[in-house]
Amino acid sequence: MGIKVDDICFLYERGTAMQVRALDHISVEIPDDQFIGLIGHTGSGKSTFVQTLNGLLKVTSGHIYYNGEDIDGEKFDRKKLRSDVGLVFQYPEHQLFEVDVITDVCFGPKNLGLSESEARSRAIEALESVKMSKSLYKASPFDLSGGEKRRAAIAGVLAMRPKILILDEPTAGLDPRGRDEILGLIAEMKKERNMTIILVSHSMDDVARYVDRIMVMGGGKILYDDEPVKVFRHVKELEDLGLAAPQITYVMKLLKERGLDVNTDVLRVKEAAAEILAHRRELHV
Amino acid sequence: MLNRFTPMIKIQKLIHDYIKRDDEGNVAGTVRAIGGVDLHVEPGRFIAILGHNGSGKSTLAKHLNALLFPTEGTVWVDGMSTSDGKNLWEIRREAGMVFQNPDNQIIAQVVEEDVGFGPENIGVPTEEIWTRVEESLKAVGMLEHRKKSPNRLSGGQKQRVSIAGVIAMEPKCIILDEPTAMLDPNGRKEVIKAAKKLNREKGITVILITHYMEEAVDADMIFVMDKGVVAMQGTPREIFCQVERMKELQLDVPQVTLLGHELRKAGLAIPDCILTKEELADALLGAPEAAGEKEEADGDQS
Repeated sequence: MGIKVDDICFLYERGTAMQVRALDHISVEIPDDQFIGLIGHTGSGKSTFVQTLNGLLKVTSGHIYYNGEDIDGEKFDRKKLRSDVGLVFQYPEHQLFEVDVITDVCFGPKNLGLSESEARSRAIEALESVKMSKSLYKASPFDLSGGEKRRAAIAGVLAMRPKILILDEPTAGLDPRGRDEILGLIAEMKKERNMTIILVSHSMDDVARYVDRIMVMGGGKILYDDEPVKVFRHVKELEDLGLAAPQITYVMKLLKERGLDVNTDVLRVKEAAAEILAHRRELHV
Repeated sequence: MLNRFTPMIKIQKLIHDYIKRDDEGNVAGTVRAIGGVDLHVEPGRFIAILGHNGSGKSTLAKHLNALLFPTEGTVWVDGMSTSDGKNLWEIRREAGMVFQNPDNQIIAQVVEEDVGFGPENIGVPTEEIWTRVEESLKAVGMLEHRKKSPNRLSGGQKQRVSIAGVIAMEPKCIILDEPTAMLDPNGRKEVIKAAKKLNREKGITVILITHYMEEAVDADMIFVMDKGVVAMQGTPREIFCQVERMKELQLDVPQVTLLGHELRKAGLAIPDCILTKEELADALLGAPEAAGEKEEADGDQS
């Protein structure tokens, strides 16, 4: 069933001179088993929005329904919500703290009240999902490389077996291969577990490569909510919002301007190559 | 002190070991982060350093303004060796550093005070501080925000304030260690534009460390680090035409270069290393006829 967001607003410092409207009447549905990209410039409200989804922030007005139940309702099980809707913050490796990797990953499930052995088996399952080498289970989290630390931190949230996984800039600061690894992993996990993934990202190229649906935030509102090719048709508007289109889309638009009649609804290198080759006869080479 | 024969940066046989200690403080082992680097940067250049996480690029960067000292070998900044204690302050003034996270580098409550902090610390007369603050903020396009509180700024704006803080020290060189990693597309563009402008207009040597390959396309020279050594060096064209080699080093090439590479593999006779979308369009469709069109293409280098 997923999450239904019904006309929510969120105000920081409500009732003071510093009051800021971070979310401004958002209504949106997040069904099961979807890969969603959430983009928007710094300060557009993305982080606030995702924190309302698992009840870390309580909305100022409006309602959020999880599987049909109001998450602010009296009888609602919030603990369950927090394990069902997993949130991986930016630079999650800063939150690793235990003596070794596996104990760190066990922390969440143990907090849910699971037995030691059950917590452990969930931790192992999560570590396998993020392709952590067995030899590192007993290593101190602080001895891992940047990419490994990040995978360990993601495993910590996965061990809660979330149905919806929200990742806030999971690739920030990683090298190109590290980026591909983490995103590939997320795509694979989604397939395996039929989870809904919400990927918050500043990289239009990453988003273009993986997601089925993009939500664009600006000024606390969701301005576009559609499949990627349709969203990236609004290049001008996205740029005005401090965003951009994928690099490849710009290439195709330029070719079109220069008179080559290519389809500009193209986001990835392989598709672009195919599209250009289909117009081979019009080329000057 | 600077003459045209003094390189901005000269590194000879640099080795850096991190020392690992156990709970009692005894040496438990060493990790070699830099294993013999030679490097030469002429004044006024725009240099990019690429490399995967853990390749040693940030360690190298910290040697460039004497935050770290060589285990072996020598690093000269504008002719001054970083191993010589008496050069320390002069080196740090001449080679300023900007880090990844803007929030860790801004300390004052007001933008202009933050920018003035450095010069004030080294005893620049008050009047001159204000001149420097004004010029630095102007150079990064942040003058209109001088009275604002830094926490009201966007990431790209904060990062430009950090850069202004470095410029206010009148450095000859700025080292940017992944300055755009945490920024949105617009913020990234603003910061890179500011760095290019400083290089072009003030002749400041720029050393940009980045994971975004597109940001290195306009550099004069690229150094690629791997396992603590310089694995490749050359112009962007020389580096990015080696698509497979870059992938081996856990890196990438700009998307448009990759597209050119794919098209060549499919048999199109286009030049080997395409770096910009304009180049690709020219290669596929011939150079544009009207001069007016060209101008437009030059304006935007995204």
